[in-house]
Amino acid sequence: MTVSSRVLMAIVALGIMPILGLGGLSKKAAADPLVVDLSNHLVAITTGFTGTNVLLFGAVEDEGDVIVTVRGPDQDMVVRKKERKVGIWVNSESARYKNVPAYYTSAANRPMDIIAPADVLLDYRIGLKNLRFVPESKLNDSDQKVYREALVRNMQSAGLFGERPAKISFLSNQLFRTDIHFPANTPTGTYTINVYLIRDGGVASVKTTPLVVSKTGVSAEVYEFAHRYSALYGIIAVIIAVVAGWIASVAFRKR
Amino acid sequence: MQIYLPIAEISVNIFLILGLGGGVGFLSGLFGVGGGFLITPLLIFYGIPPAVSVATAANQIVASSVSGVFAHWKRGNVDLKMGLVLLAGGIVGSTVGVWVFAWLRSLGQIDLVISLCYVIFLGIIGGMMLFEATRAIFRTRRRGGQIRRSKKHQHSFIHGLPFKMRFYRSGLYISALLPLAVGFFVGMLTALMGVGGGFVMVPAMIYLLGMPTGVVIGTSLFQIIFVTANVTFLQSVQTQTVDVALAILLLIGGVIGAQFGAQFGARLKAEHLRALLGLLVLSVCLKLLFDLVIAPSDLYSVMPGDL
Repeated sequence: MTVSSRVLMAIVALGIMPILGLGGLSKKAAADPLVVDLSNHLVAITTGFTGTNVLLFGAVEDEGDVIVTVRGPDQDMVVRKKERKVGIWVNSESARYKNVPAYYTSAANRPMDIIAPADVLLDYRIGLKNLRFVPESKLNDSDQKVYREALVRNMQSAGLFGERPAKISFLSNQLFRTDIHFPANTPTGTYTINVYLIRDGGVASVKTTPLVVSKTGVSAEVYEFAHRYSALYGIIAVIIAVVAGWIASVAFRKR
Repeated sequence: MQIYLPIAEISVNIFLILGLGGGVGFLSGLFGVGGGFLITPLLIFYGIPPAVSVATAANQIVASSVSGVFAHWKRGNVDLKMGLVLLAGGIVGSTVGVWVFAWLRSLGQIDLVISLCYVIFLGIIGGMMLFEATRAIFRTRRRGGQIRRSKKHQHSFIHGLPFKMRFYRSGLYISALLPLAVGFFVGMLTALMGVGGGFVMVPAMIYLLGMPTGVVIGTSLFQIIFVTANVTFLQSVQTQTVDVALAILLLIGGVIGAQFGAQFGARLKAEHLRALLGLLVLSVCLKLLFDLVIAPSDLYSVMPGDL
């Protein structure tokens, strides 16, 4: 889908909402300062998956700034430090973090520190530097800083944490859109997308919308099978190999 | 064209993986080796998680060993009794190996152990091969093809071991403990390194057990099939790291490559082949050693905590 056709779709979708009216909801919707939706609530990881973009679009009642955060499912992460021992580099000390988002990115229409004061961003945990990572074991302050930086840096180079906030573009004073990129190694699970409407340095409205990333098709079934019936999976893997080897020896037998 | 690997959970270029399998298959057909010792490091260099590389390579070696064993079986080059004794050791060794693998992985040291094992074994085997082959090349030049053979019946502590067994096909009367130990050791390597272990097994059979060269390859292939099958099964159950899609891609490439390799290899002299293989093994070893010794670009690494 081209960008322009998606924008068109967004505008059409936004246009339909008030026309349909939806009875009593219409008044409430009209009073809503912030309306948001996604082009797709499901990112399907198929056999040919190489990453995808999801279009987030919405409208604000009056003028205001918009910030979007996308947070993947939480998982435990271990940060390991390498040390030189007898000439080679080996993993030595490590720190374990609970509840690290497997994916995190944000977007804003203007630089975040201009939109809102630092304490507001911190309160709402908006932006990478305001995320809370709690190590399981006690670390001293300097170690905590180093390990935290290492965690963020590694996640960024894996493409799972956004390097910098993406751009939200306003199509008019009210309509906005942004593309959320999901790389090929996007972890599966339920993602939370928060959209903040910010006026005069304060959060005027928040909308939360879920997004599911899941494997579908053959690769999902193989994964599911390998984990649920792992013994049977192992036997099948061996049988496939034996049959393939036998076919090869027959096909290429010396004539 | 990209394909998403279900277990490795990354997408890879399908032609690159086919080419990788083909290239290694060509070399294994050329040199008559399994190629596991090349496929596993190459998969890791490409970015497949080491655990998945090792487990999947074991699966692929099942296929390449099966395709190789038929010809040897028909010519009677498999010492079944010896194969079964080696296998008994191999099953125990590989089971212990898979368990050690899971333990090292939980400590965060599995990558290091895999690399170290490779550096040590590839270094020793490659060095010996190159040394022996260059000596053979020079000797055949000097003496016009005559190679001195070592005495067949040398007596050492090995012949004093208990539980002696007679292996008719190999013409041996030796302690069963010896092949059991060789099998055990190579089985552990299969689990830890994702190799068939032919490159350790074959020299051990010739020099340690004193088996005649004719039955060595067939017997080693025979037992490798079952040991790698055992590793495939156990890794599937314990770590869920066998990627069938990756294995199928590798073996399609490997089977085709091996045919071309074998045809090409028939035109080269045996000692030249061994010298080339020695060089190849040494260069993989040096690359791995280099990665261990130079300072990593990032001293810190991040892994999901449930691994």
